[in-house]
Amino acid sequence: MATNTAAIRAPSAAEALLLRPPRSLWSNAWYKLRHDRLTMLAFGVLIVLALLAAGADLLAQNLFHYTFEKQDLLHTYEQPTLDPPAFLLGSDEIGRSQVVRLLYGGRVSLMVGLVAAIVNLTVGIAVGLTAGYLRGRIDDLFTWFVTTLNSIPTIFLLLIFAAIWEPGPAQLTVVIGLLFWTGISLFVRGQTFALREREFVVAAKTIGARDRRIMFKHILPNILPLIFVLAAIDIGAIILTESALSYLGLGILPPTPSWGNLLTNATSYFVRAWWLVLSPGAMIFLTVLCLYLIGDGLRDALDPRLKAET
Amino acid sequence: MAPHHAEERLRNFILRRLIYAIPTLIGISIITFAIVRLSPGDPIRLFTFGQRDITGEDIERLRHLYGLDKPLPLQYVDWLLAMVQLNFGRSFIYHQDALQLLLTRVPNTLQLAVVALALQLVIGVPLGVIAALKRGTWLDGAIRIFGVAGHALPAFWLGLVLIIVFAVALRWLPSQGMLTVGKDVWDLPDRLRHILLPAFVLSLTGIANYSRILRTETLDVLSQDFVRTAHAKGLHERTVVFVHALRNALIPVVTALGGILAALVGGALVVEQVFSWPGVGQFTFQAAIAKDYPVVQAATMFVSVLLVVSYLLRDIAYAIVDPRIKTG
Repeated sequence: MATNTAAIRAPSAAEALLLRPPRSLWSNAWYKLRHDRLTMLAFGVLIVLALLAAGADLLAQNLFHYTFEKQDLLHTYEQPTLDPPAFLLGSDEIGRSQVVRLLYGGRVSLMVGLVAAIVNLTVGIAVGLTAGYLRGRIDDLFTWFVTTLNSIPTIFLLLIFAAIWEPGPAQLTVVIGLLFWTGISLFVRGQTFALREREFVVAAKTIGARDRRIMFKHILPNILPLIFVLAAIDIGAIILTESALSYLGLGILPPTPSWGNLLTNATSYFVRAWWLVLSPGAMIFLTVLCLYLIGDGLRDALDPRLKAET
Repeated sequence: MAPHHAEERLRNFILRRLIYAIPTLIGISIITFAIVRLSPGDPIRLFTFGQRDITGEDIERLRHLYGLDKPLPLQYVDWLLAMVQLNFGRSFIYHQDALQLLLTRVPNTLQLAVVALALQLVIGVPLGVIAALKRGTWLDGAIRIFGVAGHALPAFWLGLVLIIVFAVALRWLPSQGMLTVGKDVWDLPDRLRHILLPAFVLSLTGIANYSRILRTETLDVLSQDFVRTAHAKGLHERTVVFVHALRNALIPVVTALGGILAALVGGALVVEQVFSWPGVGQFTFQAAIAKDYPVVQAATMFVSVLLVVSYLLRDIAYAIVDPRIKTG
């Protein structure tokens, strides 16, 4: 409803759109994104963060001259200082460099987010597509399983799993990936439900295309744009969950630094070194905020119906 | 449609939703059973750990006594039958009934969740409506950015920062627990001071969520025909917004409640840990670390059943509030 009235209210904008040379979905989206300053800024910040994490070794060796596990018991709880540069953001209770640990922590946190998101997108798309396309018994089974999984708070499940099985970083990443796919698969299933009734699918079926071909060549490309939106938000949510779990001492375990486990001992910083609490959380916040903003921006750019509303 | 007919349809809808909940509950029980029973390590060895005079024969006998020598599906059925009678076994640590122990923590979490939910509604709903009414202004922009930022803030970190500011630096509020040691249990101001920070942290995602939902929804309702009609009748702007528009925009508040409850229950686990709040989340966390399986299972089942029930109530409330929903 909102879109219709908005279009009536602003006919000049609609006319301008009609006069434009035709563009593909992707070039159209890219055009809109380029003019969306907030989203571009979020992209930029995220790229800088990723580069910093990727260049952690290089920066630690050449700029800070400090490894992430190096300790210096004579310089614990140092205040942020430029001299030496390793204590740019202070040092922790055993004299480790906060800034170097943040760099490596970023590498771990971003990696966990990315890999887990790939796992859950793969599972979510495959399962959602299958359930939505085949319907019947398989869809009933799917609905039952998703409803069940959604009824147990993910953090409970993850926490219990982590406490009982004590997984390594790789296993943990896969498990997070395997727990977070329900939202994506529900979305894909819903879209598939609608798309499988459309003419182009019926046409493909008429000329004898196999189910798998229809699912992956005809239906999936139509869902793909919005999956990018989900992926951005998904990575953000995973990074948040991983950091909470690591903070509780059950996710990524020291000495491997992650943004979450840098805060595990936060209580001992309260009085002596409050600045140590600020930086890891700020990094998590910044990263996740950028991802969510990109998700919002992508949705606006990719879904023409939503644009009229804002 | 006759009124009794509508009532009957609603009753059928509720009945069907109740029946649908059964397979979900069975699914939850399977996961709860599996995650613990398939874990590495032998529960009997864990149970008898440190008792030196125990022989291999004793262990076999204990295993038989607890039914652990049976095939897994049978063990599951045994466990399920006991659970239906609310018997989760005794805590490995406290040697008391697991469910009883858990239930003593429930009121604490409930307090936290209720205050957080109230904060969400009282802050989040007006924010969203204001953003929609002031659409396009800097205020709208600020509220929208908050709507995204509120989701991106790690709750545990916000808790830590608030403790540093309000408890360590300013010394205005306590940082831990539910009440000051030695104070009267019914000292309400003291309790309020303790609950303020954790409840606020817990409510943040919900505030952000409600402000986003209400903004979209109010904008949507404001552009609908009946609002235009109300304007055309010459009604006062305030009447249109509060009497005509808001009533309809509030429907999604009910729908969102289920998801927000899930977020509250999950979020409470982390927040309780940050503020040493003796609730269900903290108890579960400690039990999981200590591998106190009966408590872990009781907690998982309890929380999940709570969610199933709240989803159920949400759907029913939605069906009552919005008669357009398909109940047939």
